[in-house]
Amino acid sequence: MWKLISVELYKIYKRPRTYIAFGAIAALIVVIQLGLKIDGDAYAGFLMKDINDTLSIEGKILNGYLICYILLQLLLVHVPLLVALIAADMISGEANLGTLRLIFTTPYSRTQWVMAKFIAASTYTILLLIWLAFLALFVSIWVFGTDDLFLMKSNYVVLITEADVMWRYVGAFVFAAFALMTVTSLGFLMSSLANNSIGPIVGTMSAIVFLTILSTLNIPLFSLIKPYLFTTHMNNWKEFFDLQVNADNEAIKGSILNIAKIKNSLIVLTLHIILFVSASVIIVKKKDILS
Amino acid sequence: MNCSLNKKTSNLAANKVILFLLLCFITNSVNAQATLLIEKVSQKLALVNDYTATGIMKTDVAFIKASLGKVKVYFKKPNQLKIKKEGGISLLPKGGVSVSLNSLLNTKQFVAMESGKQLFKGKELQVIKLIPTDDALDWVISTLWIDPVTALVYKTFTTTKENGTYEVTMEYGAHAQYGLPSKIIFGFNTKDYKLPSGITLEFGDDEPISKAKALKAKKGTIEITYSNYSINNGVSNTMF
Repeated sequence: MWKLISVELYKIYKRPRTYIAFGAIAALIVVIQLGLKIDGDAYAGFLMKDINDTLSIEGKILNGYLICYILLQLLLVHVPLLVALIAADMISGEANLGTLRLIFTTPYSRTQWVMAKFIAASTYTILLLIWLAFLALFVSIWVFGTDDLFLMKSNYVVLITEADVMWRYVGAFVFAAFALMTVTSLGFLMSSLANNSIGPIVGTMSAIVFLTILSTLNIPLFSLIKPYLFTTHMNNWKEFFDLQVNADNEAIKGSILNIAKIKNSLIVLTLHIILFVSASVIIVKKKDILS
Repeated sequence: MNCSLNKKTSNLAANKVILFLLLCFITNSVNAQATLLIEKVSQKLALVNDYTATGIMKTDVAFIKASLGKVKVYFKKPNQLKIKKEGGISLLPKGGVSVSLNSLLNTKQFVAMESGKQLFKGKELQVIKLIPTDDALDWVISTLWIDPVTALVYKTFTTTKENGTYEVTMEYGAHAQYGLPSKIIFGFNTKDYKLPSGITLEFGDDEPISKAKALKAKKGTIEITYSNYSINNGVSNTMF
């Protein structure tokens, strides 16, 4: 199995398309970091307009932790589209080139090949996430320094002490890995259905955009199906950055406001991964490679 | 008949004058008592030239979730006061900290008026209203609740020109002889907080409306419990 995974990883490594996502993420992050470094105080002042009327705030608001949070909010919506570039090409790309017939005639079973391809695509996804984490978190910390995390949500503000932040990012990135793996598995499923590269890539991107819009619309009709859409749960990494408060409105260090929501989202995402990959295996096993 | 009427009228006028003089006397006497008590408080505060203190700060604002933080408080005569959080981001009521007891009393530019007595936490306190005589001062009126026996101020309620009203409640412990509190609670008005989802990127989050409404209803408080005072040991001007 390891041999198959190595082969698939080598194919990904040799494909120029692989590096588009890494380059795009690096470019976006550097541009945003540069913008915030030059004009970040004006941005922070705009965000804190309401609070500044009541309170005077001292400290480094625009620190590496906040920059990382802003970057993740912006990028974790779009990274799935970049993941689709590779994941949705894993099987259909081979079908298009005619090499699928070749690999399925090797002594390894189709299931083994499909699983090897999925693991390779997932490895690519995880590496992309690690690259994102490195640039968004560690480079931001290096450029902007650290302090407490002052998060401005729509209805309230959360102030998380510096010592209480890093483990939340670890949790958020692990959660994001599950979310992106779900996209990988969806792309994989699309890929198993087609014999060309473009269709599954565009199909996966369209599905993500369509489902994301359904997830974000607060219309009662859609509220019925929203809990079952993986896109509803993908954004719940933010739950790591909300604190419980006691009866005196005092935030409890090390707490998470809604841990049940995170667990529920992880279960839903995992079920989606299992469903999509299982469906891919079944489809590929029945796939006609002779015509 | 006419003579009797004239006599009655002149008696009434004389009574009015006497009543007016009596009122003036009582008012002056009452104001003098108030000024005397304020002077007693000022004398107690004058014992402290400077201090540093460490404490634990608790922020209770409806729309803010913050945990307890360690703070260091610096004071230097006449009314320089600075509260610094030991690392991290600190949130303080805008302008509220500058409306300290020292900043109210050290100017001496006010008229003190007695306004009765009130029970506060089991203590009978003298209520005194201060009205500034200098238009340049940033406060409009301040009410002080003072223990006449110990000359300790337990509560102040100050209306400012720019930053609304502030209610400051104090508790005393080991440093009561200097008029320094062991616990201080700043109460202040908060404005509504709301950021559009387009800025926070929190689309599709189901924040219960009732919770948002409840958040609007509350006032804000910042509570500092002092654990350690260092009095009259010098504080550098760079601290402020």
